[in-house]
Amino acid sequence: MEALYVFCVGVLTFSGIFLCLRGRTFPVVLGLTLLSYAVNLFLFSSGRLRLDGAAILGTSESYTDPLPQALVLTAIVIGFAMIAFVVILAMRARADLGNDFVDGREPPDADQAIKPTRGKI
Amino acid sequence: MTSHLPVLPILIPLFGALFMLLPPFAGPEKYQWRRFATLVLMLLQISCSVSLMLEVIQQGATFYALGNWQAPFGIVLFADRLAVLLVVLNGVLGLGATLYAFAGIDREGKYFHPLLQFQLMGINGAFLTGDLFNLFVFFEILLIASYALLIHGGGKQKTLANVHYVILNLIGSSLFLFALGTLYGTTGTLNIADMALRISQLSAGEQVIAKAGGLLLLIVFGLKAAMLPLHFWLPRTYAAASAPVAALFAIMTKVGIYGIFRVYTVIFGEQAGELADMVQPWIWPLAFLTIIVGAIGALASPNLRHLAANLVVISVGTLLIAFALRTPEATAAGLYYLVHSTLVTGALFLIADMIGQQRGKALDWFVMARKVSQPALLGILFFVAAMTVAGLPPFSGFIGKLIILQSAHSAAEMLWIWPVILIAGLISIIALSRAGTTLFWRYTGDGDKSQLQTLSRWQVSGAVLLLVASPLLVIFGAAVTQYTDAAAAQLHQLQGLFEVMNLQEAAK
Repeated sequence: MEALYVFCVGVLTFSGIFLCLRGRTFPVVLGLTLLSYAVNLFLFSSGRLRLDGAAILGTSESYTDPLPQALVLTAIVIGFAMIAFVVILAMRARADLGNDFVDGREPPDADQAIKPTRGKI
Repeated sequence: MTSHLPVLPILIPLFGALFMLLPPFAGPEKYQWRRFATLVLMLLQISCSVSLMLEVIQQGATFYALGNWQAPFGIVLFADRLAVLLVVLNGVLGLGATLYAFAGIDREGKYFHPLLQFQLMGINGAFLTGDLFNLFVFFEILLIASYALLIHGGGKQKTLANVHYVILNLIGSSLFLFALGTLYGTTGTLNIADMALRISQLSAGEQVIAKAGGLLLLIVFGLKAAMLPLHFWLPRTYAAASAPVAALFAIMTKVGIYGIFRVYTVIFGEQAGELADMVQPWIWPLAFLTIIVGAIGALASPNLRHLAANLVVISVGTLLIAFALRTPEATAAGLYYLVHSTLVTGALFLIADMIGQQRGKALDWFVMARKVSQPALLGILFFVAAMTVAGLPPFSGFIGKLIILQSAHSAAEMLWIWPVILIAGLISIIALSRAGTTLFWRYTGDGDKSQLQTLSRWQVSGAVLLLVASPLLVIFGAAVTQYTDAAAAQLHQLQGLFEVMNLQEAAK
């Protein structure tokens, strides 16, 4: 179970960071979302993974740490609000700046790299 | 009532901001009501934090258990001299920014004053909390308020700066949570004092993981504090923000610095066994590089707001040096410098905006433009601010730098610290005098008198309130340094912290 869990968190983090490094706001927003999922799973595991454990005393044989669950709940709420804000901001930036690049302008040589300029025929 | 004092600097702005969203204060035509309410709230908040300061001076550090759950398990606020000093500083800076905003900037958007209060609440909370997870929560509060404040007034530049700022800080928040998860997984606690007790009892394998968590936390604080190489967002963001917001942001980098001082002195301090002082080798070069890059940026700044932002970067580097020295004496010097630099850089942003207002389209760019219409008043304000921030006598910048230089004792430390700080001071003087000559002496014509824009009294009072702190810090220098000495001693004296929170019995 641990290996699978670690793998999931790792892949989510990797994808999140990769998407955060993209040039347009939409992939970056997706990247931030994936990163916050990864963080939530990671925080949850900080109290150790345990099956069939209860967080409330007197309801089960084995217990699990309730604190990470509370932390994850807080982190989810905060992360959700932040993602909502960044989505609105990205739309505002699209309207204000006229494009959806994080830097607010197209990379200067992107066009030229694809089709090099030639003299007029 | 006095037992609830530590929580009041958080509750007053919280409830004040909420009330300002309700009908008697909401709506564009009710701005006079909001201004009055904000003024009352600011004065209330400052008086509460000052009385908390007096209580801490008389009776020593106190802690406040929220919901009366006791220390290692419940969430606590911890008020010692360091935290209380910064809370008072935050109040004064907030008052200056608010007064300045009364001149009309607060009417550019509906929610300026409530957002400002939320931001003050987040900053106060970050200073007062004794719990790492709550530090994260208060960081998020101050950040989301700052996201909205940064874009206040609208415009292309602000949107552009805000996209970078928000994305960077969201990544920073994720890293913060990774670090917290790692530290909680190894030490089993989130209380800063409790963590300090347990960090030395870790096994060798756990120490490696805790070290990774601690270093991740340094990245987060470094991002907030604009430590090299995480400072690239700062000049653009601060230059784009409207003046009172930029002035308030002057304390946001100090929140990161505070985090570094608190976490790496208390948790990873001398008693941490293998992990003691683990970030020190990183901080040394980064501090010097931050100063050097800040100085280069100051010389290259195209306008006064950029220059002020780069001076913030220099002050962050200087504070990191004060941290890296790791003696109570250096910490005390750093605290004095922190108070001075926050207020003066805040004032510099306000002055830049006032100068820009009177130069037409040229704003505060270093180009020939029409004459400033109130050269005497603005000139004096700029001159005092420049002298102070560059560290010339008789103002507080001089004393601040002097005591940091004095706290370097060994020859190697002196060899590195003295030239870097002094040359950075010289470069600041060059950049500021170039700025002053261009802004005040190089103009075309005498300016059109019909377009004369006199400054509002609110603007001048806001800037003067922040500037006047500088001579006061010199006149009452003995009292202030005495206070910062005691604050630094309290920060480095962990036994006192454990005793206040009754942690030692719990550990046994």
